[in-house]
Amino acid sequence: MELLEFARGPALTFAITVFIAGVVFRIVSLFLLWRTKDSSAGSSRERSAFSAAIREIIRRLWPQSAYKQRTLFMLINGYVFHFGLAIIVFFLLPHIVFFKDLVGLSWPSLPNNVIYAISIITIVSLIAALVMRLSNPAQRIISTFDDWFSWLVTFLPVITGVIATSHLGARYETLLGLHILSVALLLIYLPFGKLMHWFLVFVTRSQTGAHLSHRGAQL
Amino acid sequence: MNDKKTLGEMLTERGVSRRTFLKYASYTASIMALPPTAATAIAQGIANARRQSVIWLSFQECTGCTESITRAHTPSIEDLIFDFISLDYHHTLQNASGHAAEEARMQAMQENAGEYIVVVDGSVPLKDDGIYSTIAGITNLQMLEETVKDAFAVISVGSCATFGGIPGANPNPTGAVPITDIVTDKPVINISGCPPIPEAMTGTISYLLSFGSIPELDHLNRPKAFFGEAIHDRCYRRPFYERGMFAKSFDDEGARQGWCLFEVGCKGPVTYNACATLKWNGGTSFPIQSGHGCLGCSEPGFWDLGGFYKPLSTAKGDPLKWAGGAAVAGAAVGAASAIMARNKRNKILKEGK
Repeated sequence: MELLEFARGPALTFAITVFIAGVVFRIVSLFLLWRTKDSSAGSSRERSAFSAAIREIIRRLWPQSAYKQRTLFMLINGYVFHFGLAIIVFFLLPHIVFFKDLVGLSWPSLPNNVIYAISIITIVSLIAALVMRLSNPAQRIISTFDDWFSWLVTFLPVITGVIATSHLGARYETLLGLHILSVALLLIYLPFGKLMHWFLVFVTRSQTGAHLSHRGAQL
Repeated sequence: MNDKKTLGEMLTERGVSRRTFLKYASYTASIMALPPTAATAIAQGIANARRQSVIWLSFQECTGCTESITRAHTPSIEDLIFDFISLDYHHTLQNASGHAAEEARMQAMQENAGEYIVVVDGSVPLKDDGIYSTIAGITNLQMLEETVKDAFAVISVGSCATFGGIPGANPNPTGAVPITDIVTDKPVINISGCPPIPEAMTGTISYLLSFGSIPELDHLNRPKAFFGEAIHDRCYRRPFYERGMFAKSFDDEGARQGWCLFEVGCKGPVTYNACATLKWNGGTSFPIQSGHGCLGCSEPGFWDLGGFYKPLSTAKGDPLKWAGGAAVAGAAVGAASAIMARNKRNKILKEGK
């Protein structure tokens, strides 16, 4: 119970504080950076920045035919665990109750057993992503600490959540404490690595779209 | 306590039939999850036992534990348990008072040295030399140390004695501690709860009388027979939890339909006790059945778990208390780092020229 109290209290407060400070720091520092004005004449096919940004976001939702065969599994797998994670985080009642307590908003939940099944699919999908990274020599070579650690801090909350729900190995309060601590670890690390794509994915894609469109790429 | 008769002989004299006695033995065996054969062992053990001297010490407590044990529901169990034991000292139940009461305690300790059981309810204040609770001119700490010195075993009943309870709740003004913090050289059985389930108390005492040994305990020194499973795991509302059907308030349709009380703060998932199986008041009901979430009263620090009506999955306290400061600090450091990067760029450009 002491572990759970520590996790629900000081650990979570500290993690949320670091998370907010880190995310604001990353966003402010990014947007205040000097941006070199591109003075070159744009392509005749150049679209407005907004239109290019939207088109790029949509275009990247599915692989181009030239790469389809090589990337389709990775892409589908990516969708599976991203949607899986989102459903688990936002539609399990204990999670909704957490958000309600935090920000005052709540919404309907899904039955626990449905979330449980989605969690298992998500775990398999995350393991598949890791196996692909390990088995592809090129990907393995370019992987850094950030890649491995980001995977780990994403995986831990899911696996500890499932173990806690299943009452495996230890008492529920211990498992729940470990689950919350794993979420704290995720929140602390999130702003400082590639997981910052939580906030920046569409920002970077928009920028890429505007840039490519200026150069005349067909979006 | 000088009674030389066995309990079996005494019960026969009082007209307790063998059938009634065996029913009690079977019941005790079953609530303690012992094999059916243990009923015979309990019956024989108790029948052949001499009356067990028990000294009951009440410290920083509310007498709720005593109220609870005197409401044990098995027919005549109340009589039985007080016939099985010789309750030589108990503030609420003994006739003697003042010096006579203290003399009874001393006499029981002398006559049964090494054999008597000490039951304690209430926590012990240690702050300021323990002056916050004294009995007969001595502090609770002195009385406890003096009494347990020659005891066979100690049973802490109630959450105050087992974990500090309400006196030990934040900010713990009296420096209240549980009995296990003080008694370290003797077996201490913890029967937690605010109050504990009567059968958990009487069942444990019966086990001690029958087998002369300590029942199997969990990591918090509680008998596994009563504290082995979480309320949530044996709760009749559990299927609603799995189906995602939750009462949103104590008065909504869900509450009327008997849906799960997790969202209104039930601590059943982290509370280990037998309320959902043994129930209270003669097996009538238990808090969750009456429509209120479990408070977690048999767990350490239940008073400080972050609020009785705050769901278990919420953060304790206010996790956003530093959020504003964190955002300002993050923005300041972010702006500073961007300005530094710009200055660096300008410097390089100037030098380049």
